Amino acid sequence: MSQVTHYTLPNGLTVLLKEIHTAPVISMWTLYRIGSRNERTGTTGASHWVEHMMFKGTKKYPAGILDGLIDRVGGQWNAFTSHDSTMYYETLPAEHIDLALDLESDRMTNALFDPEETESERTVILSERRGSENQPTFWLREEVRTTAFKVHGYHHEIIGDVHDLTTMTRDQLYAHYQHHYTPANAVLVMAGAFKTDDIRQKIDAYYGHIPNRTKPNLFSRPEPAQLGERRVLVERPIKTAFVMVSYRAPEGTHPDWLALSVLDSVLSGAGGSIDNKTSRLYGALVKSEICASMGGNLSETIDPYLYTFSMTLRDGHTHQEAETILLAELDKICQDGITSKELTRAKKQARANFAYETESITNQAYGLAQSSALGDHTWHDTYLARLESITTDDVLDVARRYLVPQNRIVGWLIPTG
Amino acid sequence: MQTLPNSSTIIRDVLPNGLRVLIYETPHTHSVVISGSIEAGSMFESPEKSGMVSMLSSSLMRGTRKYDFNTLHNTLEDMGANLGMSSGVHKIGFHGKALAEDLPVLLELLGEALRHPTFPADEVERLRGERLTWLNYRLQDTGWLTARSIREGLYPPSHPYHYASTGTLETIPNITLDDIKAYHATHFGAQDMILVIVGAIDTAQALACVRQYFADWDNPYQPQPTPLPELNSHPPRDERIKVAGKSQSDLIIATLGPSRFAKDYHAAVVANGVLGQFGMMGRIGEIVREREGMAYHVSSRVDGGYGPGAWRIVAGVHPDNVDKTIALCRKELEKLVSEPVTEDELRDFQSYTTGRLPLQLETNEGIANSIHTMEGYGYGLDYLMNYRQMIYAITAEDAQKATQQYIHPDNLVIAVAGA
Repeated sequence: MSQVTHYTLPNGLTVLLKEIHTAPVISMWTLYRIGSRNERTGTTGASHWVEHMMFKGTKKYPAGILDGLIDRVGGQWNAFTSHDSTMYYETLPAEHIDLALDLESDRMTNALFDPEETESERTVILSERRGSENQPTFWLREEVRTTAFKVHGYHHEIIGDVHDLTTMTRDQLYAHYQHHYTPANAVLVMAGAFKTDDIRQKIDAYYGHIPNRTKPNLFSRPEPAQLGERRVLVERPIKTAFVMVSYRAPEGTHPDWLALSVLDSVLSGAGGSIDNKTSRLYGALVKSEICASMGGNLSETIDPYLYTFSMTLRDGHTHQEAETILLAELDKICQDGITSKELTRAKKQARANFAYETESITNQAYGLAQSSALGDHTWHDTYLARLESITTDDVLDVARRYLVPQNRIVGWLIPTG
Repeated sequence: MQTLPNSSTIIRDVLPNGLRVLIYETPHTHSVVISGSIEAGSMFESPEKSGMVSMLSSSLMRGTRKYDFNTLHNTLEDMGANLGMSSGVHKIGFHGKALAEDLPVLLELLGEALRHPTFPADEVERLRGERLTWLNYRLQDTGWLTARSIREGLYPPSHPYHYASTGTLETIPNITLDDIKAYHATHFGAQDMILVIVGAIDTAQALACVRQYFADWDNPYQPQPTPLPELNSHPPRDERIKVAGKSQSDLIIATLGPSRFAKDYHAAVVANGVLGQFGMMGRIGEIVREREGMAYHVSSRVDGGYGPGAWRIVAGVHPDNVDKTIALCRKELEKLVSEPVTEDELRDFQSYTTGRLPLQLETNEGIANSIHTMEGYGYGLDYLMNYRQMIYAITAEDAQKATQQYIHPDNLVIAVAGA
C-alpha cells in the first residue's frame, strides 16, 4: 500500500496525498463535513441541494461553461451527499489536474446560487425524489428509518422532505453553503500519477489564499435510548411483499463495528464482488423457498446507525414466516456464535474484496475520503490489519449485545395489489 | 506507466476446437478477471418458451458433474471469488473474478459449469420461483415497462429482439427441464467461444490451464450462428401505461439505430454524444433539465450490438410534463437531423470520448470488457490504439448522415409508464 502524505494548510484545509503510478490518471476528492444528519427540520435536503448548486456556476466558471470542462479533457466528475458528508470528485488524465484544482478551489467560496438557477433546480430535485418514490421499497426504507430515529438527523431522507424542498429559499441554501463550505471543514484527497512535492506546491497555490474561517458548529442531536421493539407497516399498490428488520449498530469507528461486519459476512454474505449463496440466511430464507432474495447491510457512519436485513417474499408466503425464520437464525448465532472456519473465510473474503476495490485509483481516493468523513483517515487502509485481530468470541459478544429485541425495528411492506 | 492494450501486449491463441483465448497481464494488481461468451443465445428459443435460455444460464451454477450447489459455491466463496452467467439474444456471457493465485480453480469451475451442468430439478424449480417473483415485481417497475414497450414497438414478433430474454409470467411456467437439457446438449460448445483473462497472472500458465479444461471440448451438434431476420421500418407508436402508486413517469423515445458492425456506428455515437451525453447530458440535458428544470435524469444512448439496437432518449419526469418533454426532445431530434453539429460540439465530444480511455482501463474488468468488445465485434486488437484517429476522422457531416439514416422524428416509438 502506498504511503499517504497527510498535512493541514494554515487556513485549516486537511490534505491527503497518495502517489499511485499504475495509470496516467489522478482522482481528486473534496469532502465537506456536512450531510443530512446535520440538517434541521424545515431545511431537510439542504446539503444535497447545495451539492446540486455547486454545478450551477461561479463568476469564473459560469454554469454553461462548467458542464463541459471535465468531459472535454476526458475526465469524469460527479458528487454525492450522504447522511454524514458531501463529496465531489474528478478523475481525469494526470496532465489536466490543474483544471480540477482550479474549479474546486473556486467553487469552495464563489458559487453563485443564482435565484433562477436555484428555482430550476428545485423541480429537478423534486423529480429526483419522485424517481426514488417510484421504487416501492423506498417507502419501506423511509418508514423504518423514521421509526428508528425520532431525534437524530438520520431520521430523514438525504434528499429531504417534500415540504422542505417545496418551501426552502435560496437564501437559506446560500447560508448553508457559506456556513459549511470553508477550508477548515473540508478535506482534499488526491490519489494517482503525481509527484507529492509538485502537487503540494499546486495545492498551496490554489487553496492557500482562501481565508481561514471558523470551523462551523455542526448541528446534531443524539438519539435517545430505544425502550422496546418498534414495528411499522407500509401499504403500497404492488404485488410483492417485503420485510425489513433493523438493529441499532454502532458508529464506524467503534471497536464493535468490525466484529459486526464479520457477523454480517457470515449471516448474509461478504458483499462487494462476492456472492452470498452459502451464507446462513441465504440457506434459511432463499433455499427454503420462503424468499426470492435477501441481503444485509451494515454501513460505516459517524454516529450509531442501523444494521439491516431485507427480504423479498415469494408468492404464497407471509411476512411472519420470513421474520420468524430470520429471528430463529439470529437466535442461533447468539447462542452458538460462529465457527473458526467461518471466521477464516470472512477474513479471506474481506481481503479479496479489498484487493478488488483498490484496483481503481478512483476507489483508492474514495477510501481515503470516506475514512476522513469518519474522522480517521487511516480507517480504510488499516481495515484488514484490524480485522485480523477479530476472534470468534468477539463476534459472539457483539451478536449477543446488538441483536436484541429492544434494539430492533421491524417493517413490513404490504402489497395491496 | 500503463499503455493501451494492443496486439503486441494481448496474447491471442485459437485452440483447434475454435475457442479464442486472449490474455493480458496486469502485474500491478492482485486479482484476475475472466470474461467471455459462447454462441448460444436466446435467438433459437421459441416465443412460447421465451426465457428458457436465461433460465438455463442461471442454472449453470446450480450443480455440475463434480460439484453440487453447496460445494460449487463454497469453493468460490471460500476463496473470495465470484463466477456468474448472463444471457442475451446472441450469446451466453460469463464473468468471474478471484485473487490471482486462484485462477486455476476459477477456470476449472467455469469448465464444469459450461460443460457439465446437471440442472438439478429442485434447483431449477427454485430458480423458476425466484424468476416469477422478480417478474411480478417488474410489472410495477416503470423503467422496465417502458423498455418492454419500446422493444415491442421497434421489433416485430418475428424478430428475436421483440422478446424479453428474462421471459414472462406466461412463458416461464412452460419451460421444462428437458428443454433446458436439450438446448445445452445442442448449442453449447467451444466453437466461436471467447475467453478473456486479465490480471496478475503468467500468460503461459494461464494458457496451459485453459487447455487443460477446454481443449477437449467438441460439440459436433453446435449450430452456426443464424443471421437475424431483415428489419423493415417500424410504425410510429405512443404507448401510455398507467401504474398505480407512482409519483413520476418514466419516458423513452426511440428509433432503430445501427449495429456495432455498421460503418456509421461510430458516427452515430458521436452524434448521440452531442444529443444526450456530453457535459450535463448534451443538448437535451441542457434544455430539459438545466433550462426547464423538468427532469433529474434525461439522456440518450445508442444500444447497437450484434444487431441493430435502439437509439433512445430516456427521462423521468412529472406526469404533467410528459408531453412537453416529448415535444422538446422531438425538436432536438429534428435539429440533429436537419443541421450538422457545430465544430465546437464535435471537438468537445471527440476529446471526451478519446480522453477517457485510460479511465475505462483502470481495472481488470475494464480491460477485459474492452478486449472482449474488440474480439467479439472483430475490431482487431489495435482498436484502442487506433480509436483516437478513427474518432477524429469523423466529420460533422458524417454525424449528420448517420442521424439522417436512423432518426426520423415523425416516426418515433414512444413509451410512458407511471402516474
